[in-house]
Amino acid sequence: MLNNTSKEDQPDLINDGMARSFSRRKFFGIMGAGTAVMITAAACRKEMHSPGKGNNSSVDLGSGDVGVLNYAYALEQLEAAFYVKVVASPYTQMSPMEKSYLTDIRDHEIAHREFFKAALSTKAIQSLEVDFSAIDFTDRNSVLGTAKAFEDLGVSAYNGAGQLLSNPDYLTLAGKIVSVEARHAAWIRDMVTAGSFADMTAVDSNGLDKARSPQEVLSIAGAFLKTKINASNLPTS
Amino acid sequence: MNLQNILSEIEKTDPEVYDRLDTRRSAMKSFAKTSGKIALASIPFALGSMFQKAYSSPSAPTDLILDTLNFALTLEYLESNFYIRAVASAIAPSADAMSALTVIRDHENEHVIFLKTAITAAGGTPVSFTADSFDFTAKGTFPDVFSNYGLMLAVAQTFEDTGVRAYKGQAPNLISNNDYLTAALQIHSVEARHAAHIREMRKTANLLIPAGVDVKPWITLDQSGIATSVVQPSYDGEQNVTQAGVAITNIGGHNISASAASEAFDEPLTKDQIVAIVTPFFA
Repeated sequence: MLNNTSKEDQPDLINDGMARSFSRRKFFGIMGAGTAVMITAAACRKEMHSPGKGNNSSVDLGSGDVGVLNYAYALEQLEAAFYVKVVASPYTQMSPMEKSYLTDIRDHEIAHREFFKAALSTKAIQSLEVDFSAIDFTDRNSVLGTAKAFEDLGVSAYNGAGQLLSNPDYLTLAGKIVSVEARHAAWIRDMVTAGSFADMTAVDSNGLDKARSPQEVLSIAGAFLKTKINASNLPTS
Repeated sequence: MNLQNILSEIEKTDPEVYDRLDTRRSAMKSFAKTSGKIALASIPFALGSMFQKAYSSPSAPTDLILDTLNFALTLEYLESNFYIRAVASAIAPSADAMSALTVIRDHENEHVIFLKTAITAAGGTPVSFTADSFDFTAKGTFPDVFSNYGLMLAVAQTFEDTGVRAYKGQAPNLISNNDYLTAALQIHSVEARHAAHIREMRKTANLLIPAGVDVKPWITLDQSGIATSVVQPSYDGEQNVTQAGVAITNIGGHNISASAASEAFDEPLTKDQIVAIVTPFFA
């Protein structure tokens, strides 16, 4: 479980109340201007958006840190489902080394998915329904091209989501995962085009990787999901 | 509203207000930057936020952010100077290897420039190092680091994996500032891309030390794939298979080995741990 043992005033995934609807720093920042009552009212209203509500065709990620973690859980579900299928039905002429590393990656993504599911517990969104109809799992280019897109997307998603988190412990957890996604991205890129692990399509002229907002990420990932994802209650900063 | 008058009033009761706000110049710059983006009616919010930042902890977060950025800049100087030497040594055995080292060198240079600019813009003073600041033999531990290709890659791998752990450990220090936090994360994942590729280069060149060890793009348990125990502090702790109290091995009834569970999560290091690791590389 994600419990806070060190800082009692931080939102807790199990016992969080109002605080999880917006970041702690913003709360205190606004308190300084003496408008706490108005903001608190807004927070209570926002609290009604609890995660996981919806039917089989749509899901609400929820708000606050829980919403951000559910967002990560959604992306990990997508990645894990993809690699499960890649390993279960290998493309033509998958080399032993590729098979071995793609199996590693599958296991990493399953570990990420199951971690979020366990940590979020009752706050976790449902299992998502994927749509891989655009992918030819028998074709190396189709599979590795999709893998490259997923990994780069995952890296940019975590990079963009860090600032949406209030609890530093969750930021560290996200950091533990994103660098592994970046390792995946680098290796898959090199399998697609040797030496493209961090080329100019991935890294800008300041030497920075991409950072995407949940809206940008979900507009791309949505093409691979039958379940519609509602991210409208996520924090925006 | 006259911000200057407000600051003067506070100064009468709290002479250290400008220290708390870092400096008057950066306080004004910070406010100007913020107020430029928001509607006039929101200015009290921004002011409240600015003062909250100054008073919310014993040492102002601004100082913490600048210290953190300067620590990152120090590590980027280390990496940048290492790859400048590595590329100049021309010991890379292939055009592909040379190209990869050049790509990485350029990124590290870009990180140095980016962080210098960010620190200056925030009203801080960037740390500064030159080629003479470094000793890449690590006080004689790696005497032929720029003439032994396998050793050079082993040191590069250690720097990259260590850099990833350093940014991961420092990120919470930046949580109060979205811009700096996001930029640090954007550097962090690039270091991880470098680490993965250097690891591949070691494997491709069949220059793992000792021969027969395996190295993958991701870190398995606390294995470095490098013979000397000198680098082990860069890998200690990576064997962790429990995250936020959740056991990852065989999680959810899935067949996840301890190796895969450790690979799936990279681990942070503290500033003190990082300093201990990199200190031998400073002259």
